[in-house]
Amino acid sequence: MKANYRARVVAALLLITMGAGSVLALRKVESVRGREATLEEVLYLPSGKTLKRISLGYSGLLADIYWTRAVQYFGAKHHQHATRYDLLYPLLDITTDLDPHMIPVYQTGSIFLCQKVPEGAGQPEKAVILLHKGIRENPEYWRLYFTLGFVHYMDLKDYKAAKDDFETGSNIPGALPWMKIMAARMAEHDDIETAITLWRAVYEITKEDSVRDSALKHIVSLQADALIEELERRIQTYREKTGSLPGRWSDMIHAGLLREVPNDPTGSHFKLMPDGTVDVQDATQFPFLGEVRTNKN
Amino acid sequence: MISRLSAISLNTFREAVRDRVLYNLIVFALVLVAGAPLLGQISIDIEQLALINVGLSAISLFSVVIAIFIGIGLVSKEIEKRTLYTILARPVRRWEFIAGKFFGLLMTLVANMALMTAGFYAAMLVYQHHLTGADARLLIAVYFTILELLMVTAITLLFSSFSTPIFSAVFSFSLFAIGTFSEDLRNFAALAHGATKWFSTVAAYAVPNFASLNVISQVAHQQPINGRLILFNTLYALLYSAAVTAGAVLIFERRNLK
Repeated sequence: MKANYRARVVAALLLITMGAGSVLALRKVESVRGREATLEEVLYLPSGKTLKRISLGYSGLLADIYWTRAVQYFGAKHHQHATRYDLLYPLLDITTDLDPHMIPVYQTGSIFLCQKVPEGAGQPEKAVILLHKGIRENPEYWRLYFTLGFVHYMDLKDYKAAKDDFETGSNIPGALPWMKIMAARMAEHDDIETAITLWRAVYEITKEDSVRDSALKHIVSLQADALIEELERRIQTYREKTGSLPGRWSDMIHAGLLREVPNDPTGSHFKLMPDGTVDVQDATQFPFLGEVRTNKN
Repeated sequence: MISRLSAISLNTFREAVRDRVLYNLIVFALVLVAGAPLLGQISIDIEQLALINVGLSAISLFSVVIAIFIGIGLVSKEIEKRTLYTILARPVRRWEFIAGKFFGLLMTLVANMALMTAGFYAAMLVYQHHLTGADARLLIAVYFTILELLMVTAITLLFSSFSTPIFSAVFSFSLFAIGTFSEDLRNFAALAHGATKWFSTVAAYAVPNFASLNVISQVAHQQPINGRLILFNTLYALLYSAAVTAGAVLIFERRNLK
């Protein structure tokens, strides 16, 4: 009886210590393999269609796993400020082969693809291919036309294609009326208000935190751009009136061109530069500042 | 104690190698390995890759199947035939019986692995007409399969210590399948919040991790395997199987055999 008791105690102790040891060893294994261990294997898999055949009917489950992997991959690369996202499109393609009706993959995945490096993969052409695939498989889903129009307008600067996308999408039953308004606004290239409207829609459509964060940064940067454009226009008016540039904001206030020292969208004062241009105090708050203005010029 | 352990291990080994099912599975695996070049011929430029992938995968999968099919009957068969009472009536402790069964099954599996690996290299020799130093790297995948078997043996023995053979097989296969997806479970845990995160993290570390033991794709593509990975995988497999075997001992010690 005593020997039995001793054996049980030893077995229990072994179970606890070896179990804890195995967790520590596994953590070491993980650190050696790195975060992308599971993703590297994807490269050896031929295609989503083959995977679908060998999934024994559980392709939906496999699609969920692959979408999770795509999000993990993008998140890890984004965190590292990577400049290459080689596996992103293959992962999205495999996911949508496994489940062609997984709408978030097309919507959010295309935003991952189209944004400029390091915010995204810088592959707007691939985003268009993915969205065309999504539209082919889900022709009744008008929001995919919105995202396609967004990519054409913002990243590829193909305004005619963007107009066609918004128009086609607006004709789908259930499409919101602003799709028609967007189609009409496509004639105004690199318009800040249009860009803000598009980014607001992206912010509302997506649930992915990194995309929402990027959309917010774009909106704030564009709002600052709009304010800077207006301030610089007033500075030119001051110059025409007085023949010289204002030295400080109070000159503009005394001239009746401003009511108070202007603030950027974060609440900080704008900087008045000696050459008559306007800048923000903290450029890190506005990572996309000047993008639309540069395109216009 | 050593003599009692080795006696049980050797008897388990002898009994297992007499099983005809075992030979059927080995022959089937060898036929699959031999047929691998055919798969390469109906594709383009992947003859050698197909031979390595199919060969090593067959060795791994069939070894797991053999481990589970032999392992599930290790304890229940002894109870059914009433031979367990004869063994325990001698000065053999219950933990010695479980440990002896574990080592006996492991010996059987390693012997099978050696046989199948020899068949695999023979197929490589026939296909390539010679073996190079680079082909020795494939043995890392074989070694990792042995580590995998170490864990599968312990798991099967754990279920066998309290359940019927059919349920033991179902549980073991399920845990094997879950173990191959354990990294996805860990990815899920990283994305989850609150209680779900806590629960999925515990589950991810409690289930065996077979994903890190599968390097067939890497060796087939002649990618180097980190020495530290070999070391930590070995450590992990030893510790995990020791913990699970200790669990099996704990259950079997408390089991009422009357």
